Amino acid sequence: MNDMTPTREQREAALEGMGCKRKRVEDIRFTQGKGQYVDDLKLPGMVFGDFVRSPYAHAKITRIDASEALKLPGVIAVLTAEDLKGVNLAWMPTLAGDVQMVLADGKVLYQNQEVAFVVAENRYIADDAIQLVEVEYEELPVLTDPFKSMDADAPVLRPDLDGKMEGAHGPRKHHNHIFTWEVGDREETDKAFSEADVTIKELISYHRTHPSPLETCQCVASMDKIKGELTVWGTFQAPHVIRTVASLLSTIPEQKIHVIAPDIGGGFGNKVGAYPGYICAIVASIVTGVPVKWVEDRMENLSTTSFARDYHMTAEIAAKNDGTVTGLKVHVLADHGGFDACADPSKWPAGFFNIVTGSYDFPAAHLEVDGVYTNKAPGGVAYRCSFRVTEAAYCIERAMDILAQKLDMDPADLRMKNFVKAEQFPYHSALGWEYDSGDYHTAMQKAMDTIGYRELRAEQKAKQEAFKRGETREIMGIGVSFFTEIVGAGPSKNCDILGVAMFDSAEIRVHPTGSVISRMGTKSQGQGHETTWAQIIATEIGIPAADIMVEEGNTDTAPYGLGTYGSRSTPVAGAAIALASRKIRNKAQMIAAHMLEVSEYDLEWDVDGFQVKGNPQARKSMKEIAWAAYHAPPPGMEPGLEAVSYYDPPNMTYPFGAYLCVMDIDVDTGVAKTRRFYALDDCGTRINPMIIEGQVHGGLTEAFAIAMGQEIRYDEMGNVLGASFMDFFLPTAVETPHWETDFTVTPSPHHPIGAKGVGESPNVGGVPAFSNAVNDAFKFLGSTHIQMPHDAWRIWQAAKELGAHG
Amino acid sequence: MSDIEQIPVTMTVNGKKVQRFVEARTLLIHFLREDLNLTGPHIGCETSHCGACTVELNGMSVKSCTMFAVQADGAELTTIEGMANADGTLSALQEGFRQMHGLQCGFCTPGMILRAHTLLKENPNPTEEEIRMGISGNLCRCTGYQNIVKAIQYAAAKLNGTEFQEAAE
Repeated sequence: MNDMTPTREQREAALEGMGCKRKRVEDIRFTQGKGQYVDDLKLPGMVFGDFVRSPYAHAKITRIDASEALKLPGVIAVLTAEDLKGVNLAWMPTLAGDVQMVLADGKVLYQNQEVAFVVAENRYIADDAIQLVEVEYEELPVLTDPFKSMDADAPVLRPDLDGKMEGAHGPRKHHNHIFTWEVGDREETDKAFSEADVTIKELISYHRTHPSPLETCQCVASMDKIKGELTVWGTFQAPHVIRTVASLLSTIPEQKIHVIAPDIGGGFGNKVGAYPGYICAIVASIVTGVPVKWVEDRMENLSTTSFARDYHMTAEIAAKNDGTVTGLKVHVLADHGGFDACADPSKWPAGFFNIVTGSYDFPAAHLEVDGVYTNKAPGGVAYRCSFRVTEAAYCIERAMDILAQKLDMDPADLRMKNFVKAEQFPYHSALGWEYDSGDYHTAMQKAMDTIGYRELRAEQKAKQEAFKRGETREIMGIGVSFFTEIVGAGPSKNCDILGVAMFDSAEIRVHPTGSVISRMGTKSQGQGHETTWAQIIATEIGIPAADIMVEEGNTDTAPYGLGTYGSRSTPVAGAAIALASRKIRNKAQMIAAHMLEVSEYDLEWDVDGFQVKGNPQARKSMKEIAWAAYHAPPPGMEPGLEAVSYYDPPNMTYPFGAYLCVMDIDVDTGVAKTRRFYALDDCGTRINPMIIEGQVHGGLTEAFAIAMGQEIRYDEMGNVLGASFMDFFLPTAVETPHWETDFTVTPSPHHPIGAKGVGESPNVGGVPAFSNAVNDAFKFLGSTHIQMPHDAWRIWQAAKELGAHG
Repeated sequence: MSDIEQIPVTMTVNGKKVQRFVEARTLLIHFLREDLNLTGPHIGCETSHCGACTVELNGMSVKSCTMFAVQADGAELTTIEGMANADGTLSALQEGFRQMHGLQCGFCTPGMILRAHTLLKENPNPTEEEIRMGISGNLCRCTGYQNIVKAIQYAAAKLNGTEFQEAAE
């Protein structure tokens, strides 16, 4: 070897593969304002659609008169449910097995529901025309309290379901009941409770909120009537599913529908579903023959497309006096709004809420979820969490704290006592999951040692004494949260969306010069797939990430996949990428053997090429092999070097983490200040630590928002409160705490590269950490549970009720 | 097309003089995005809370969704499209955002960089607290701001010719 030959380490570094803090390729365009988002699209002849919306939460519609609107110059059409009936699209199926009105068909079920779709030459004229559409309403009694939805005299919200006592998920027991979902062993659990030394029971509500990405939902639909082809550009987290749904609904053959998700300005679950805006834009383009753009404004976004949470969870734990848990019972009242448009895998009406046993070894558990209709917007999306997992994590983490309080045990010690032990993995939970891997005790101990947990408890105790003596008006809370997530939906045996199994895919093509184009069924909305997917390929096939282009979102070119949500991209598509890469490497090995005139079994892989075992000078780099694949493949072998993989995961993955939050609260103002927030995440193998840290920062900020004030509220009339950024809490840089991140690595045993997914962990683990900190601060004053969100006003009220104001 | 009166406006955008006719009610953000095809500034709320539409107007940060195009008549504007160095390379702020992972989905980034650009003119050597306060009119849903703060510190150091010291975690 001469001095110019790069060392093994240099060759490895040149790849910028897995484990490298590679700078993002997306940033080159985003920092120059050259991202291509849906609203940036401008097509010849394009017109704009916008909605007439209902001011009432529950009303009959007796008349819609668009004649004045149609007289306005520049107005092209006004669509109503009657027009949509002509193409059988007045109603659409939801992902949850319900049906949903596209445009109000005789009645409205929530405020701001879509009533008519105005199409005009520009967005200003469309807005003018909305004011000119006359709609007559006849108000109906409004139901906003889910606890009253199944009262005998509760108003009938869904006359379309009249007499239909069998829903998509079994029997319905009331006209506003959607489903009951039951998991676990009731008898065993009852037995555990009857034999328990100690039990706790608490109603723990997780309020309604909204994912609120900075870019709202939007699309451009363009029907080419000559070719019979429809192109839809949209903010789609799952573009392939949107194409299939569009084909099924419109009867346009799937190959003639081109769905393209360009750059997306954040999703967080908001952009998974299909919304009336998409359907109306498509129908309007079919009707008018020109491209139609639909762009939500912020108020429409917050009040109509996809709320999250609204779970009212009654949790009970049975335990022994020493703190060993013996049983868990949870009942959930799930408020789904006017239609069940919950975005879960089809067979899971409450998502994966049965992860509610959390990180603890419960020998018995029973769970029952009742879904109900109310006069609120539909949705129930997974706002930066796997399906209903953040609700489950909040439920168990709050309940464990309440049990610790009852037993007068430290909440961290109680958790340590009950953790599933490292040697118990793969662990079968009482509610039916097989946890793949974990080392909870190590993670928790590291978190406690790093933050100085015992010292903080001593400080808290001293502060409480000082408060009681009247020396301070500040109290201190330490929030402990240890979460286990379930992500990577999912195995075809239990996960599908409208019958399509939840696999994902990758297609990788190596060009003759050794560069790569690769496409996946996923769709980044800020996660940085163009950067990280290339890192996986780089490590697997030894081509520098810089020479690998990643493309997602175009259903014509990308292999079919189920999209990006529920932290499924790395667990599912990430595996497909590794396996497609390995197919390429296997073929490359045969080509290299031919080039070196040895048996392929005499070769070994070395960073970026194959070398003869025992003779590393005899080697062929992937670049040389790529050229040979197109120039001189071995006799009998097909030329070319490419592979496709569709990956059906054998199991979910189970990321986990230990989060600790230290909070100081002024009882006289209710202002809570986060002094420290430490987040230890274990997401298995780490592909790009920089991006992981960024994801954790972002998810924690969302968790902070949700726990400390972000809420979609309704008044008794069904008026949505807080549907603008004036009222809906999105933290600025000023309120947002400083984040401390840390990690352990416990790879997934069933994933080809051992990765588990991370994007949603901080939201799932963060919310209980903040809420437990607030609750922990007040418990010495006799409080057991204070409901979220913990904004200053509510904290002040809690302090007052607990007598802290003297 | 409607017969609403069209008003002439002239402004200098990213160093180039532009002249157009607009309706009086046309918002500056729509003028930039639709008349001038400058789609870098984004619309996130239309109520001046999120700052995705932030541009620099006569040396001040302005939320272009809450200003009419006619109000900008005669003004000098800079948008994200005018931020790169003359040779096409990334400016100190653009580079800082990339180096410090100060962006994810990229939607707030043009507004955030423009705000930071004006902030660093107002205060070339801001503390972390001053940066956080200085960008509090711009919302980001992805990053949690910590790396945006670092990105601005990186740019400030580079523009001041000093060494960037990344704060210890």
